[in-house]
Amino acid sequence: MTQVMQEAKTARKHRRALLQGNEAVVEGALAAGMRFFAGYPITPSTEIAEGCALKLPRVGGKFIQMEDELASMAAVIGASVAGVKSMTATSGPGFSLKQENIGFAALAEIPCVVVDVQRSGPSTGLPTSPSQGDYMQARWGTHGDHPVIAVSPWSVQEAYSETIRCFNLAEEYRVPVILLMDEIVGHMREGIELFEPEEIKLFDRLTKADPEQASMPYDIVPREQVPRITPFGEGVFYNITGLIHDNWGFPTNSPVKANRQCTRIMKKVENNLGDIEKYESYRLDDAQVCVVSFGGTARSARAAVDAARLDEFRVGMFRPVTVWPFPEEALAKICDQVEHIVVAELNYGQMKLEVERVAAGRCEVHHIGKVNGTILKPGEIYKKIREVAR
Amino acid sequence: MKEKKTRYEMRFAGSGGQGVILCSIILAEAAFLAGKRVAQSQSYGPEARGGLCRAELVVDENEITYPKVMQPDFLLTLTQASLDKFGANTSEDALIMIDKSLLEPDDLGSYNVVSLPILHTAARVVGKPMTANIVAVGAINELLAIAPEDTLREAVKMHIPKGTEEVNMLALTEGMKLGASAKWTVTLP
Repeated sequence: MTQVMQEAKTARKHRRALLQGNEAVVEGALAAGMRFFAGYPITPSTEIAEGCALKLPRVGGKFIQMEDELASMAAVIGASVAGVKSMTATSGPGFSLKQENIGFAALAEIPCVVVDVQRSGPSTGLPTSPSQGDYMQARWGTHGDHPVIAVSPWSVQEAYSETIRCFNLAEEYRVPVILLMDEIVGHMREGIELFEPEEIKLFDRLTKADPEQASMPYDIVPREQVPRITPFGEGVFYNITGLIHDNWGFPTNSPVKANRQCTRIMKKVENNLGDIEKYESYRLDDAQVCVVSFGGTARSARAAVDAARLDEFRVGMFRPVTVWPFPEEALAKICDQVEHIVVAELNYGQMKLEVERVAAGRCEVHHIGKVNGTILKPGEIYKKIREVAR
Repeated sequence: MKEKKTRYEMRFAGSGGQGVILCSIILAEAAFLAGKRVAQSQSYGPEARGGLCRAELVVDENEITYPKVMQPDFLLTLTQASLDKFGANTSEDALIMIDKSLLEPDDLGSYNVVSLPILHTAARVVGKPMTANIVAVGAINELLAIAPEDTLREAVKMHIPKGTEEVNMLALTEGMKLGASAKWTVTLP
Protein backbone atom coordinates (compact mmCIF):
# COMPACT_ATOMS: atom_id res chain seq x y z
CA MET A 1 0.00 0.00 0.00
CA THR A 2 2.70 2.43 1.02
CA GLN A 3 4.60 1.58 -2.10
CA VAL A 4 1.65 2.14 -4.37
CA MET A 5 1.05 5.52 -2.81
CA GLN A 6 4.66 6.39 -3.29
CA GLU A 7 4.42 5.34 -6.87
CA ALA A 8 1.31 7.40 -7.37
CA LYS A 9 3.05 10.36 -5.83
CA THR A 10 6.08 10.12 -8.11
CA ALA A 11 3.88 9.53 -11.12
CA ARG A 12 2.01 12.74 -10.44
CA LYS A 13 5.20 14.68 -9.99
CA HIS A 14 6.73 13.70 -13.32
CA ARG A 15 6.46 16.01 -16.26
CA ARG A 16 5.01 14.03 -19.16
CA ALA A 17 5.62 14.92 -22.74
CA LEU A 18 5.12 13.59 -26.24
CA LEU A 19 8.60 13.59 -27.73
CA GLN A 20 10.53 12.26 -30.66
CA GLY A 21 13.40 9.92 -29.79
CA ASN A 22 15.89 12.53 -30.95
CA GLU A 23 14.23 15.21 -28.81
CA ALA A 24 14.36 12.87 -25.82
CA VAL A 25 18.12 12.51 -26.31
CA VAL A 26 18.47 16.29 -26.00
CA GLU A 27 16.35 16.32 -22.83
CA GLY A 28 18.41 13.48 -21.38
CA ALA A 29 21.71 15.13 -22.26
CA LEU A 30 20.67 18.43 -20.69
CA ALA A 31 19.47 16.62 -17.58
CA ALA A 32 22.85 14.86 -17.42
CA GLY A 33 24.63 18.21 -17.48
CA MET A 34 25.71 18.43 -21.12
CA ARG A 35 26.76 22.00 -21.79
CA PHE A 36 28.55 21.66 -25.13
CA PHE A 37 27.43 20.27 -28.46
CA ALA A 38 29.30 20.39 -31.74
CA GLY A 39 27.91 18.72 -34.80
CA TYR A 40 27.15 18.68 -38.46
CA PRO A 41 23.51 17.95 -39.30
CA ILE A 42 22.58 14.68 -40.98
CA THR A 43 19.30 12.81 -41.29
CA PRO A 44 18.05 11.04 -39.21
CA SER A 45 19.91 12.72 -36.35
CA THR A 46 19.33 16.38 -37.23
CA GLU A 47 16.66 17.01 -34.57
CA ILE A 48 19.33 16.44 -31.91
CA ALA A 49 21.46 19.29 -33.27
CA GLU A 50 18.35 21.46 -33.67
CA GLY A 51 17.28 20.82 -30.09
CA CYS A 52 20.75 21.55 -28.74
CA ALA A 53 20.98 24.77 -30.77
CA LEU A 54 17.69 25.89 -29.26
CA LYS A 55 18.16 24.79 -25.69
CA LEU A 56 21.87 24.95 -24.84
CA PRO A 57 22.12 28.78 -24.87
CA ARG A 58 19.23 28.94 -22.38
CA VAL A 59 21.25 27.03 -19.79
CA GLY A 60 24.54 28.80 -20.46
CA GLY A 61 25.84 26.08 -22.76
CA LYS A 62 27.42 26.30 -26.18
CA PHE A 63 26.24 24.92 -29.49
CA ILE A 64 28.50 25.00 -32.53
CA GLN A 65 27.72 23.82 -36.01
CA MET A 66 31.15 22.84 -37.28
CA GLU A 67 32.36 22.62 -40.86
CA ASP A 68 32.18 18.83 -40.86
CA GLU A 69 32.00 15.74 -38.68
CA LEU A 70 35.75 15.47 -38.11
CA ALA A 71 35.88 18.97 -36.68
CA SER A 72 32.72 18.32 -34.61
CA MET A 73 34.34 15.39 -32.87
CA ALA A 74 37.53 17.38 -32.33
CA ALA A 75 35.54 20.24 -30.81
CA VAL A 76 33.72 17.85 -28.49
CA ILE A 77 37.06 16.49 -27.28
CA GLY A 78 38.39 20.01 -26.77
CA ALA A 79 35.39 21.05 -24.71
CA SER A 80 35.56 17.91 -22.62
CA VAL A 81 39.28 18.43 -21.94
CA ALA A 82 38.25 21.78 -20.50
CA GLY A 83 35.91 19.96 -18.13
CA VAL A 84 32.56 20.39 -19.88
CA LYS A 85 30.23 17.47 -20.53
CA SER A 86 30.08 17.26 -24.32
CA MET A 87 28.14 15.47 -27.02
CA THR A 88 27.86 15.16 -30.77
CA ALA A 89 25.27 13.44 -32.93
CA THR A 90 25.41 12.01 -36.41
CA SER A 91 24.41 9.12 -38.62
CA GLY A 92 26.46 6.41 -40.37
CA PRO A 93 28.35 8.57 -42.88
CA GLY A 94 29.32 11.06 -40.18
CA PHE A 95 30.06 8.28 -37.71
CA SER A 96 32.71 7.00 -40.14
CA LEU A 97 34.32 10.44 -40.19
CA LYS A 98 34.36 10.73 -36.41
CA GLN A 99 36.22 7.47 -35.90
CA GLU A 100 39.73 8.91 -35.90
CA ASN A 101 38.97 11.29 -33.08
CA ILE A 102 36.93 8.70 -31.20
CA GLY A 103 40.17 6.72 -31.03
CA PHE A 104 41.93 9.80 -29.71
CA ALA A 105 39.29 10.16 -26.97
CA ALA A 106 39.68 6.47 -26.10
CA LEU A 107 43.46 6.66 -25.70
CA ALA A 108 43.64 10.12 -24.14
CA GLU A 109 40.75 9.07 -21.85
CA ILE A 110 38.47 11.98 -22.57
CA PRO A 111 34.81 11.49 -21.66
CA CYS A 112 32.31 12.20 -24.44
CA VAL A 113 29.01 10.96 -25.81
CA VAL A 114 28.63 10.26 -29.52
CA VAL A 115 25.10 9.66 -30.79
CA ASP A 116 24.81 7.61 -33.97
CA VAL A 117 21.25 7.49 -35.29
CA GLN A 118 21.84 4.69 -37.76
CA ARG A 119 20.52 4.77 -41.29
CA SER A 120 20.93 2.41 -44.21
CA GLY A 121 24.46 2.17 -45.53
CA PRO A 122 27.10 1.62 -46.74
CA SER A 123 28.28 5.09 -47.72
CA THR A 124 25.49 7.67 -47.99
CA GLY A 125 23.11 4.74 -48.44
CA LEU A 126 19.39 5.36 -47.97
CA PRO A 127 19.20 8.75 -46.24
CA THR A 128 15.88 8.43 -44.42
CA SER A 129 15.64 4.68 -43.95
CA PRO A 130 16.38 2.68 -40.81
CA SER A 131 19.25 0.26 -40.28
CA GLN A 132 21.38 -1.25 -37.56
CA GLY A 133 24.41 -1.67 -39.74
CA ASP A 134 26.80 0.29 -37.53
CA TYR A 135 26.78 -2.28 -34.72
CA MET A 136 30.29 -3.55 -35.41
CA GLN A 137 31.53 -0.10 -36.34
CA ALA A 138 30.52 1.16 -32.91
CA ARG A 139 32.92 -1.39 -31.43
CA TRP A 140 35.73 -1.50 -33.96
CA GLY A 141 35.30 1.64 -36.05
CA THR A 142 38.51 3.23 -34.88
CA HIS A 143 41.81 1.41 -35.14
CA GLY A 144 43.78 -0.32 -32.45
CA ASP A 145 42.60 -2.11 -29.33
CA HIS A 146 40.48 0.37 -27.49
CA PRO A 147 37.68 0.46 -24.95
CA VAL A 148 34.20 1.46 -26.03
CA ILE A 149 30.79 1.43 -24.42
CA ALA A 150 27.75 1.44 -26.70
CA VAL A 151 24.13 1.65 -25.62
CA SER A 152 21.04 1.06 -27.77
CA PRO A 153 17.59 2.27 -26.61
CA TRP A 154 14.35 0.73 -27.90
CA SER A 155 11.88 3.43 -26.91
CA VAL A 156 11.66 7.18 -26.56
CA GLN A 157 11.62 6.77 -22.77
CA GLU A 158 14.87 4.82 -22.97
CA ALA A 159 16.39 7.31 -25.41
CA TYR A 160 15.96 9.81 -22.57
CA SER A 161 17.10 7.71 -19.62
CA GLU A 162 19.91 5.92 -21.46
CA THR A 163 21.37 9.22 -22.63
CA ILE A 164 21.73 10.17 -18.98
CA ARG A 165 23.37 6.81 -18.31
CA CYS A 166 25.73 7.31 -21.27
CA PHE A 167 27.01 10.54 -19.74
CA ASN A 168 27.50 8.86 -16.37
CA LEU A 169 29.44 6.00 -17.94
CA ALA A 170 31.59 8.39 -19.97
CA GLU A 171 32.39 10.44 -16.88
CA GLU A 172 33.08 7.46 -14.65
CA TYR A 173 35.27 5.46 -17.01
CA ARG A 174 36.61 8.28 -19.17
CA VAL A 175 35.70 6.60 -22.43
CA PRO A 176 33.80 7.68 -25.50
CA VAL A 177 30.28 6.29 -25.10
CA ILE A 178 28.26 5.60 -28.24
CA LEU A 179 24.50 6.02 -28.05
CA LEU A 180 23.65 3.64 -30.87
CA MET A 181 20.18 4.71 -31.94
CA ASP A 182 18.34 3.85 -35.11
CA GLU A 183 15.93 5.79 -37.30
CA ILE A 184 13.00 3.85 -35.82
CA VAL A 185 13.56 5.19 -32.31
CA GLY A 186 15.09 8.51 -33.37
CA HIS A 187 12.09 9.61 -35.43
CA MET A 188 9.31 7.97 -33.42
CA ARG A 189 7.13 10.01 -31.08
CA GLU A 190 5.97 8.50 -27.80
CA GLY A 191 4.80 9.81 -24.48
CA ILE A 192 7.52 9.80 -21.83
CA GLU A 193 8.07 10.80 -18.24
CA LEU A 194 10.82 13.31 -17.57
CA PHE A 195 12.60 13.00 -14.25
CA GLU A 196 12.97 15.74 -11.69
CA PRO A 197 16.58 16.91 -11.25
CA GLU A 198 16.72 15.59 -7.65
CA GLU A 199 15.83 12.06 -8.78
CA ILE A 200 18.63 11.82 -11.31
CA LYS A 201 21.83 10.29 -10.09
CA LEU A 202 24.73 11.96 -11.87
CA PHE A 203 28.38 11.02 -11.91
CA ASP A 204 30.85 13.83 -12.46
CA ARG A 205 34.42 12.98 -13.46
CA LEU A 206 36.94 12.87 -10.65
CA THR A 207 39.79 15.36 -10.62
CA LYS A 208 42.87 16.04 -8.54
CA ALA A 209 42.78 19.02 -6.20
CA ASP A 210 46.50 19.14 -5.48
CA PRO A 211 48.28 21.10 -8.31
CA GLU A 212 51.43 19.00 -8.09
CA GLN A 213 49.48 15.79 -8.55
CA ALA A 214 47.32 17.42 -11.19
CA SER A 215 50.36 18.07 -13.36
CA MET A 216 50.67 14.28 -13.73
CA PRO A 217 47.25 13.67 -15.34
CA TYR A 218 47.76 9.96 -16.03
CA ASP A 219 49.22 9.06 -12.65
CA ILE A 220 46.66 6.62 -11.28
CA VAL A 221 45.56 6.87 -7.66
CA PRO A 222 46.29 3.52 -5.90
CA ARG A 223 43.50 0.92 -6.32
CA GLU A 224 41.86 2.99 -9.05
CA GLN A 225 41.85 2.31 -12.79
CA VAL A 226 40.64 5.58 -14.20
CA PRO A 227 42.91 8.64 -14.14
CA ARG A 228 41.70 11.72 -12.33
CA ILE A 229 42.45 14.41 -14.83
CA THR A 230 42.08 18.03 -13.81
CA PRO A 231 40.49 20.10 -16.59
CA PHE A 232 42.64 22.29 -18.80
CA GLY A 233 42.48 25.88 -17.75
CA GLU A 234 42.35 25.13 -14.04
CA GLY A 235 45.90 26.18 -13.33
CA VAL A 236 48.06 23.25 -14.33
CA PHE A 237 49.90 22.52 -17.55
CA TYR A 238 50.20 19.03 -18.92
CA ASN A 239 50.31 17.30 -22.25
CA ILE A 240 47.58 15.39 -24.05
CA THR A 241 48.41 13.25 -27.06
CA GLY A 242 47.13 10.43 -29.19
CA LEU A 243 50.54 8.75 -28.84
CA ILE A 244 51.07 6.22 -26.10
CA HIS A 245 52.04 8.40 -23.16
CA ASP A 246 53.53 8.39 -19.69
CA ASN A 247 52.03 9.73 -16.48
CA TRP A 248 52.80 13.30 -17.55
CA GLY A 249 51.00 12.79 -20.84
CA PHE A 250 54.19 12.87 -22.92
CA PRO A 251 54.88 10.33 -25.67
CA THR A 252 56.83 7.24 -24.75
CA ASN A 253 58.09 4.21 -26.66
CA SER A 254 58.71 2.16 -23.56
CA PRO A 255 57.18 -1.33 -24.02
CA VAL A 256 56.57 -1.53 -20.27
CA LYS A 257 54.68 1.74 -20.14
CA ALA A 258 52.86 1.05 -23.40
CA ASN A 259 51.71 -2.32 -22.12
CA ARG A 260 50.63 -0.84 -18.82
CA GLN A 261 48.56 1.87 -20.45
CA CYS A 262 47.00 -0.21 -23.21
CA THR A 263 46.07 -2.93 -20.76
CA ARG A 264 44.65 -0.55 -18.20
CA ILE A 265 42.31 1.23 -20.62
CA MET A 266 40.84 -2.14 -21.63
CA LYS A 267 40.67 -3.42 -18.04
CA LYS A 268 38.84 -0.37 -16.71
CA VAL A 269 35.84 -1.48 -18.76
CA GLU A 270 36.36 -5.26 -18.45
CA ASN A 271 36.64 -5.11 -14.68
CA ASN A 272 33.41 -3.16 -14.27
CA LEU A 273 31.02 -5.14 -16.43
CA GLY A 274 28.51 -5.40 -13.60
CA ASP A 275 28.14 -1.64 -13.60
CA ILE A 276 28.23 -1.16 -17.36
CA GLU A 277 26.17 -4.06 -18.69
CA LYS A 278 22.43 -3.72 -19.00
CA TYR A 279 20.02 -6.14 -20.63
CA GLU A 280 16.44 -7.34 -20.43
CA SER A 281 15.16 -10.91 -20.40
CA TYR A 282 11.54 -11.57 -21.33
CA ARG A 283 9.45 -14.75 -20.97
CA LEU A 284 12.56 -16.92 -20.96
CA ASP A 285 11.68 -19.18 -17.99
CA ASP A 286 10.50 -22.17 -20.00
CA ALA A 287 11.68 -20.97 -23.40
CA GLN A 288 12.99 -23.28 -26.04
CA VAL A 289 13.62 -20.47 -28.52
CA CYS A 290 15.17 -17.12 -27.61
CA VAL A 291 14.99 -14.08 -29.85
CA VAL A 292 17.96 -11.75 -29.44
CA SER A 293 17.32 -8.24 -30.65
CA PHE A 294 18.23 -4.64 -29.81
CA GLY A 295 17.14 -1.06 -30.47
CA GLY A 296 14.04 -0.38 -32.55
CA THR A 297 14.00 -3.89 -34.03
CA ALA A 298 13.46 -5.30 -30.55
CA ARG A 299 9.97 -3.75 -30.63
CA SER A 300 9.09 -5.97 -33.59
CA ALA A 301 10.74 -8.92 -31.84
CA ARG A 302 8.69 -8.32 -28.68
CA ALA A 303 5.44 -8.25 -30.68
CA ALA A 304 6.51 -11.46 -32.46
CA VAL A 305 7.30 -13.20 -29.17
CA ASP A 306 3.91 -12.20 -27.71
CA ALA A 307 2.10 -13.46 -30.81
CA ALA A 308 4.05 -16.74 -30.79
CA ARG A 309 3.31 -17.24 -27.09
CA LEU A 310 -0.42 -16.89 -27.81
CA ASP A 311 0.03 -19.78 -30.23
CA GLU A 312 1.84 -21.73 -27.49
CA PHE A 313 5.36 -21.57 -28.80
CA ARG A 314 7.84 -21.60 -25.91
CA VAL A 315 9.70 -18.51 -26.92
CA GLY A 316 11.31 -15.64 -25.03
CA MET A 317 13.54 -12.70 -25.73
CA PHE A 318 16.90 -11.28 -24.71
CA ARG A 319 17.57 -7.62 -25.35
CA PRO A 320 21.02 -6.12 -24.74
CA VAL A 321 20.63 -2.45 -23.79
CA THR A 322 24.36 -2.02 -23.37
CA VAL A 323 25.34 -3.58 -26.69
CA TRP A 324 29.11 -3.11 -26.17
CA PRO A 325 30.61 -4.70 -24.15
CA PHE A 326 28.34 -7.55 -25.20
CA PRO A 327 26.53 -9.17 -22.22
CA GLU A 328 28.33 -12.50 -22.59
CA GLU A 329 27.68 -14.04 -19.22
CA ALA A 330 23.94 -13.46 -19.23
CA LEU A 331 23.54 -14.79 -22.75
CA ALA A 332 25.77 -17.80 -22.02
CA LYS A 333 23.27 -18.96 -19.37
CA ILE A 334 20.45 -18.68 -21.89
CA CYS A 335 22.48 -20.67 -24.44
CA ASP A 336 22.64 -23.54 -21.94
CA GLN A 337 18.86 -23.48 -21.58
CA VAL A 338 17.38 -22.94 -25.04
CA GLU A 339 17.70 -25.01 -28.20
CA HIS A 340 17.55 -22.18 -30.69
CA ILE A 341 18.46 -18.54 -30.80
CA VAL A 342 17.08 -16.20 -33.45
CA VAL A 343 19.03 -12.99 -33.84
CA ALA A 344 16.79 -10.30 -35.32
CA GLU A 345 18.63 -7.19 -36.47
CA LEU A 346 18.52 -4.71 -39.35
CA ASN A 347 21.79 -5.74 -40.94
CA TYR A 348 23.50 -8.62 -42.67
CA GLY A 349 24.39 -10.44 -39.44
CA GLN A 350 26.55 -8.39 -37.09
CA MET A 351 25.29 -9.09 -33.57
CA LYS A 352 24.81 -12.66 -34.79
CA LEU A 353 28.61 -13.00 -34.81
CA GLU A 354 28.75 -12.07 -31.13
CA VAL A 355 25.89 -14.42 -30.29
CA GLU A 356 27.58 -17.28 -32.14
CA ARG A 357 30.81 -16.61 -30.29
CA VAL A 358 29.02 -16.77 -26.94
CA ALA A 359 26.84 -19.75 -27.89
CA ALA A 360 29.96 -21.65 -29.01
CA GLY A 361 27.87 -24.52 -30.34
CA ARG A 362 25.70 -24.93 -27.23
CA CYS A 363 22.56 -24.07 -29.19
CA GLU A 364 21.73 -23.31 -32.79
CA VAL A 365 22.01 -19.69 -33.84
CA HIS A 366 19.75 -18.42 -36.62
CA HIS A 367 19.53 -15.00 -38.11
CA ILE A 368 16.86 -12.79 -39.59
CA GLY A 369 17.98 -9.49 -41.00
CA LYS A 370 17.27 -6.94 -43.67
CA VAL A 371 19.39 -4.53 -45.67
CA ASN A 372 16.74 -2.93 -47.88
CA GLY A 373 15.84 0.12 -45.82
CA THR A 374 12.60 -1.30 -44.42
CA ILE A 375 12.13 -2.60 -40.91
CA LEU A 376 11.55 -6.14 -39.72
CA LYS A 377 7.85 -6.70 -39.15
CA PRO A 378 6.61 -8.84 -36.27
CA GLY A 379 5.18 -11.34 -38.76
CA GLU A 380 8.57 -11.88 -40.37
CA ILE A 381 10.21 -12.65 -37.04
CA TYR A 382 7.30 -14.88 -36.04
CA LYS A 383 7.74 -16.84 -39.26
CA LYS A 384 11.38 -17.45 -38.35
CA ILE A 385 10.42 -18.52 -34.82
CA ARG A 386 7.94 -21.02 -36.26
CA GLU A 387 10.56 -22.30 -38.70
CA VAL A 388 13.18 -23.03 -36.06
CA ALA A 389 10.78 -24.33 -33.39
CA ARG A 390 9.36 -26.93 -35.74
CA MET B 1 -9.99 -16.69 -26.26
CA LYS B 2 -9.24 -13.57 -28.19
CA GLU B 3 -8.38 -10.51 -26.17
CA LYS B 4 -10.40 -7.40 -26.76
CA LYS B 5 -8.61 -5.32 -29.33
CA THR B 6 -7.50 -2.00 -27.90
CA ARG B 7 -4.92 -1.17 -30.55
CA TYR B 8 -6.06 1.32 -33.19
CA GLU B 9 -3.85 1.92 -36.22
CA MET B 10 -4.04 5.10 -38.30
CA ARG B 11 -2.29 6.09 -41.49
CA PHE B 12 -2.15 9.58 -43.03
CA ALA B 13 -0.98 10.08 -46.58
CA GLY B 14 -0.61 12.94 -48.96
CA SER B 15 1.91 15.09 -50.71
CA GLY B 16 4.89 16.63 -48.88
CA GLY B 17 3.93 20.11 -47.69
CA GLN B 18 0.25 19.34 -47.10
CA GLY B 19 0.93 18.82 -43.43
CA VAL B 20 -0.15 15.22 -43.02
CA ILE B 21 2.75 14.55 -40.65
CA LEU B 22 1.68 17.46 -38.45
CA CYS B 23 -1.88 16.17 -38.66
CA SER B 24 -0.71 12.87 -37.17
CA ILE B 25 1.43 14.60 -34.54
CA ILE B 26 -1.50 16.73 -33.34
CA LEU B 27 -3.77 13.71 -33.08
CA ALA B 28 -0.97 11.84 -31.26
CA GLU B 29 -0.65 14.76 -28.86
CA ALA B 30 -4.42 14.87 -28.33
CA ALA B 31 -4.59 11.14 -27.63
CA PHE B 32 -1.57 11.40 -25.33
CA LEU B 33 -3.13 14.30 -23.41
CA ALA B 34 -6.31 12.24 -23.16
CA GLY B 35 -4.29 9.57 -21.34
CA LYS B 36 -3.77 7.04 -24.11
CA ARG B 37 -0.53 5.46 -25.25
CA VAL B 38 0.68 6.51 -28.65
CA ALA B 39 3.46 5.81 -31.13
CA GLN B 40 3.74 8.19 -34.05
CA SER B 41 6.14 7.90 -36.97
CA GLN B 42 6.54 9.06 -40.53
CA SER B 43 8.36 8.37 -43.74
CA TYR B 44 9.16 10.68 -46.57
CA GLY B 45 11.67 11.07 -49.36
CA PRO B 46 14.60 13.49 -49.42
CA GLU B 47 12.57 16.20 -51.22
CA ALA B 48 11.05 18.92 -49.03
CA ARG B 49 7.85 19.41 -51.06
CA GLY B 50 5.80 17.33 -53.39
CA GLY B 51 6.98 13.80 -52.65
CA LEU B 52 4.69 11.07 -51.39
CA CYS B 53 4.46 11.46 -47.67
CA ARG B 54 3.11 9.10 -45.06
CA ALA B 55 2.60 9.32 -41.34
CA GLU B 56 1.47 6.64 -38.92
CA LEU B 57 -0.11 6.67 -35.51
CA VAL B 58 -0.81 3.77 -33.20
CA VAL B 59 -3.15 4.45 -30.27
CA ASP B 60 -3.61 1.90 -27.53
CA GLU B 61 -4.73 1.72 -23.93
CA ASN B 62 -2.06 -0.93 -23.33
CA GLU B 63 1.66 -1.06 -24.01
CA ILE B 64 2.54 -0.57 -27.66
CA THR B 65 5.16 -3.09 -28.73
CA TYR B 66 5.40 -2.78 -32.51
CA PRO B 67 5.19 0.99 -33.10
CA LYS B 68 4.28 0.97 -36.79
CA VAL B 69 1.06 0.37 -38.66
CA MET B 70 0.48 -3.11 -40.07
CA GLN B 71 -3.07 -2.75 -41.42
CA PRO B 72 -4.67 0.57 -40.70
CA ASP B 73 -8.08 0.87 -39.06
CA PHE B 74 -8.17 4.42 -40.35
CA LEU B 75 -6.73 5.98 -43.48
CA LEU B 76 -6.64 9.62 -44.51
CA THR B 77 -5.56 10.46 -48.03
CA LEU B 78 -5.38 13.94 -49.48
CA THR B 79 -3.98 13.08 -52.93
CA GLN B 80 -4.94 10.61 -55.63
CA ALA B 81 -1.42 9.11 -55.67
CA SER B 82 -1.53 8.36 -51.96
CA LEU B 83 -5.04 6.90 -52.18
CA ASP B 84 -4.03 4.68 -55.08
CA LYS B 85 -0.97 3.52 -53.17
CA PHE B 86 -2.42 2.93 -49.70
CA GLY B 87 -6.14 2.47 -50.35
CA ALA B 88 -5.96 -1.29 -50.87
CA ASN B 89 -4.04 -2.09 -47.71
CA THR B 90 -6.46 -1.43 -44.88
CA SER B 91 -8.35 -3.67 -42.51
CA GLU B 92 -11.72 -4.84 -43.83
CA ASP B 93 -13.81 -2.50 -41.71
CA ALA B 94 -11.38 0.42 -41.76
CA LEU B 95 -12.66 3.96 -42.06
CA ILE B 96 -11.15 5.63 -45.11
CA MET B 97 -11.33 9.41 -45.26
CA ILE B 98 -10.55 10.94 -48.62
CA ASP B 99 -10.67 14.41 -50.01
CA LYS B 100 -13.76 15.04 -52.11
CA SER B 101 -11.60 15.86 -55.16
CA LEU B 102 -10.29 12.30 -55.35
CA LEU B 103 -11.64 9.46 -57.45
CA GLU B 104 -12.48 6.37 -55.46
CA PRO B 105 -10.59 3.38 -56.89
CA ASP B 106 -12.45 0.06 -57.03
CA ASP B 107 -9.87 -1.95 -55.13
CA LEU B 108 -10.09 -0.35 -51.70
CA GLY B 109 -9.42 -2.50 -48.63
CA SER B 110 -12.65 -1.22 -47.09
CA TYR B 111 -15.68 0.47 -48.59
CA ASN B 112 -16.41 2.35 -45.41
CA VAL B 113 -15.41 5.56 -47.13
CA VAL B 114 -16.09 9.12 -46.13
CA SER B 115 -15.42 11.72 -48.78
CA LEU B 116 -15.12 15.26 -47.42
CA PRO B 117 -14.24 18.59 -49.07
CA ILE B 118 -11.18 19.07 -46.85
CA LEU B 119 -8.99 20.97 -49.32
CA HIS B 120 -11.93 23.06 -50.55
CA THR B 121 -12.99 24.00 -47.02
CA ALA B 122 -9.46 25.08 -46.13
CA ALA B 123 -9.11 27.17 -49.28
CA ARG B 124 -12.62 28.65 -49.59
CA VAL B 125 -14.22 28.61 -46.13
CA VAL B 126 -11.20 29.15 -43.90
CA GLY B 127 -9.42 31.03 -46.65
CA LYS B 128 -6.01 29.41 -46.16
CA PRO B 129 -5.23 26.26 -48.18
CA MET B 130 -2.42 25.40 -45.77
CA THR B 131 -4.94 24.76 -42.95
CA ALA B 132 -6.21 21.62 -44.72
CA ASN B 133 -4.41 19.41 -42.21
CA ILE B 134 -6.15 21.15 -39.30
CA VAL B 135 -9.52 20.80 -41.04
CA ALA B 136 -8.69 17.09 -41.32
CA VAL B 137 -7.76 16.90 -37.62
CA GLY B 138 -11.19 18.35 -36.72
CA ALA B 139 -13.06 15.98 -39.01
CA ILE B 140 -11.13 12.91 -37.84
CA ASN B 141 -11.62 13.65 -34.16
CA GLU B 142 -15.32 14.31 -34.69
CA LEU B 143 -15.70 10.85 -36.19
CA LEU B 144 -13.29 8.86 -34.03
CA ALA B 145 -13.57 10.75 -30.72
CA ILE B 146 -9.86 10.43 -30.01
CA ALA B 147 -9.89 13.25 -27.46
CA PRO B 148 -12.41 15.68 -25.94
CA GLU B 149 -12.78 18.94 -27.87
CA ASP B 150 -10.88 21.16 -25.42
CA THR B 151 -8.00 18.67 -25.29
CA LEU B 152 -7.91 18.64 -29.07
CA ARG B 153 -7.81 22.44 -29.21
CA GLU B 154 -4.95 22.43 -26.72
CA ALA B 155 -3.07 19.88 -28.82
CA VAL B 156 -3.50 22.02 -31.95
CA LYS B 157 -2.24 25.11 -30.14
CA MET B 158 0.90 23.24 -29.01
CA HIS B 159 1.94 22.62 -32.59
CA ILE B 160 1.11 25.76 -34.55
CA PRO B 161 3.13 28.98 -34.91
CA LYS B 162 2.27 31.83 -32.56
CA GLY B 163 -0.19 34.30 -34.08
CA THR B 164 -2.03 31.69 -36.14
CA GLU B 165 -4.37 30.53 -33.38
CA GLU B 166 -7.45 32.24 -34.76
CA VAL B 167 -7.26 30.84 -38.28
CA ASN B 168 -6.34 27.37 -37.04
CA MET B 169 -9.19 27.27 -34.52
CA LEU B 170 -11.55 28.28 -37.33
CA ALA B 171 -10.12 25.47 -39.48
CA LEU B 172 -10.61 23.02 -36.63
CA THR B 173 -14.21 24.09 -36.13
CA GLU B 174 -14.94 23.80 -39.85
CA GLY B 175 -13.33 20.36 -39.84
CA MET B 176 -15.50 19.26 -36.95
CA LYS B 177 -18.57 20.43 -38.87
CA LEU B 178 -17.48 18.34 -41.85
CA GLY B 179 -17.01 15.33 -39.59
CA ALA B 180 -20.40 15.82 -37.95
CA SER B 181 -22.11 16.06 -41.33
CA ALA B 182 -20.75 12.64 -42.31
CA LYS B 183 -21.32 10.85 -39.01
CA TRP B 184 -24.39 8.94 -40.14
CA THR B 185 -22.99 7.84 -43.49
CA VAL B 186 -20.25 5.56 -42.20
CA THR B 187 -19.64 2.82 -39.65
CA LEU B 188 -17.60 4.13 -36.75
CA PRO B 189 -15.40 2.02 -34.46
